[in-house]
Amino acid sequence: MSTLPRALTLPPRPATTPAEARRAARRRSRRDRATAWAFITPSVVVILGLSVVPVVWSLLLSFRADDLVTPGRWVGLDNYRALVQDPNFRTAVGNTLQYAALYVPLSLVGGLALALALNRRVRFVGLYRTLVFVPFVVSATAQGVLFSFILDPDFGVANALLHHLGVSRQGFLSDPGQAMFLLVLISLWSGVGFCVVVYLAALQDVPPELVESARLDGANLPQVLRHVTLPALTPVTVFLLLWQLISALQVFDLIYVTTKGGPLGSTTVVVYFVWQQAFQMFTAGYGAAAAYVLALALLVTGGALRLVRARQGRVEGGNS
Amino acid sequence: MNDPTTPRRPSLGWHLLLAPLALAFALPLVWLLLSSVMSDAEINRFPPALWPDGIDLSGYRYVMGNALFPRWFANSLIVAVVSVASNLLFGALGGYAFARMRFGGSRLLLALMLATMVVPFQLTMIPTFLVMKWLGLIDTLGALIVPSLVTPFAVFLFRQFFLSLPREIEEAAWIDGCSRLRVLFSIVLPLARPALATVAVLTFLTAWNDLSWPLIAINHDTMYTLQLGLTTFQGQHHTKWSAVMAGNVITVLPVLVAFLLAQRTFIQSLTSSGIKG
Repeated sequence: MSTLPRALTLPPRPATTPAEARRAARRRSRRDRATAWAFITPSVVVILGLSVVPVVWSLLLSFRADDLVTPGRWVGLDNYRALVQDPNFRTAVGNTLQYAALYVPLSLVGGLALALALNRRVRFVGLYRTLVFVPFVVSATAQGVLFSFILDPDFGVANALLHHLGVSRQGFLSDPGQAMFLLVLISLWSGVGFCVVVYLAALQDVPPELVESARLDGANLPQVLRHVTLPALTPVTVFLLLWQLISALQVFDLIYVTTKGGPLGSTTVVVYFVWQQAFQMFTAGYGAAAAYVLALALLVTGGALRLVRARQGRVEGGNS
Repeated sequence: MNDPTTPRRPSLGWHLLLAPLALAFALPLVWLLLSSVMSDAEINRFPPALWPDGIDLSGYRYVMGNALFPRWFANSLIVAVVSVASNLLFGALGGYAFARMRFGGSRLLLALMLATMVVPFQLTMIPTFLVMKWLGLIDTLGALIVPSLVTPFAVFLFRQFFLSLPREIEEAAWIDGCSRLRVLFSIVLPLARPALATVAVLTFLTAWNDLSWPLIAINHDTMYTLQLGLTTFQGQHHTKWSAVMAGNVITVLPVLVAFLLAQRTFIQSLTSSGIKG
């Protein structure tokens, strides 16, 4: 280094004294801080004002008897105590769990199976993928209106097809024994595409050498799937499990459009219950308490899954 | 795309499996389109016709002749376009500050913002309704726009993208005396097309498809969005199925066209933002 000709590096111009330069730098960084605050203020106002504040506000509401119109009063834990005893809330929790217990595993398994089938180079595979994914962008409202028509007991095409097959007319969404299962099916129709897309992306990252060496060692396709592909997909599966579970526990739009919680309360889910309490019965405090119970359940599941994921990360790290 | 587990062999078997599956997913949408161009007579008999005899546009004429339907379409478009524009602007500004600038409390604010991403909507909906009422925005499009002016998702996505860009170009410009705003708009954002596309696509989809918040914030039917309008339209005209289905086609078409035009961006946004976020 010392052999380099020093004359090539220009000495800094002594235009300002060091003290002046420091002052200028301080001025500039103060101005920069002000700019930073100007940049983030809109986000902070909207996000904190309409997210953090409401979270606290909701908690306070849940300790009050409040109809959103007249001044409420403090009732402590009464709302929560009433919830425990409310048969309607219990039904709503049961329905939500039933919906989630069907929708989440089916969408994951179906998504994985479809992704494996679609993960090959055949002609039209792009078209097949598009068709499987398209229902995902259709709004829950549009889905609900469309399937109310398809499943209409009197004019629907579903009963017409069954009629051709010699099966008697079904009540579908108006039958308490069928409604929930049909809602799961409709959700799967639109929701599986998301799992397919995520799994397809993850399958590109499975190292081909791994698959190839397993094949050379004499593993058949199911064995490769079980011992190579599935373990490589675990992080994505955990992510999808969490994602689908959270969306399943929050299902509302589709139910509002199709069954309005009926028939006979067979499709009343927790969010529908919250909405009814707050905006139909005007018992906002009670609704807020129900929302808090659901949020807590979501938080616990999210936390548990994160823990599982972290442990898996450690195990994988230990192996490699 | 290349799957080494399958050596090249005739793919007919896969087509026999995949084609019916893909068709099964498309079928409800095909039926939506077909029934929207059927005549009342074809729809209102049992069993209904499975294929229309001709294209009957009376359903579309009925919907567009309705005094409110075009209005709902306009409302939805206004809400979606304003949400996209403001999320791009405020998301980029916030994301840039969090990625590149130092200010007191930035870490705490960022953590708080990220935490709000996991807050479920039903927890905030009652107080948000009260805030909107206090602001006098209930029953206006403002009530639909203000809560989605900027989402933590947009801020976070922009921040992550800006962190992945090299600092040097920006710093040279900044030292030359460019303002931060100018650096952001003339140097950084032109490089941030993928982030801009992702935020735009996902914001549009969410804003256009939402039902639950408009249902709470809007009572008057002139302020309905298309989704909210469609459900009431179905309730009021449920004997006029071809019109309801025509309205449904109009509701679905904008996102469908947007998706088909920008399929790649769309899917990349979902997978990347989903997995990393």
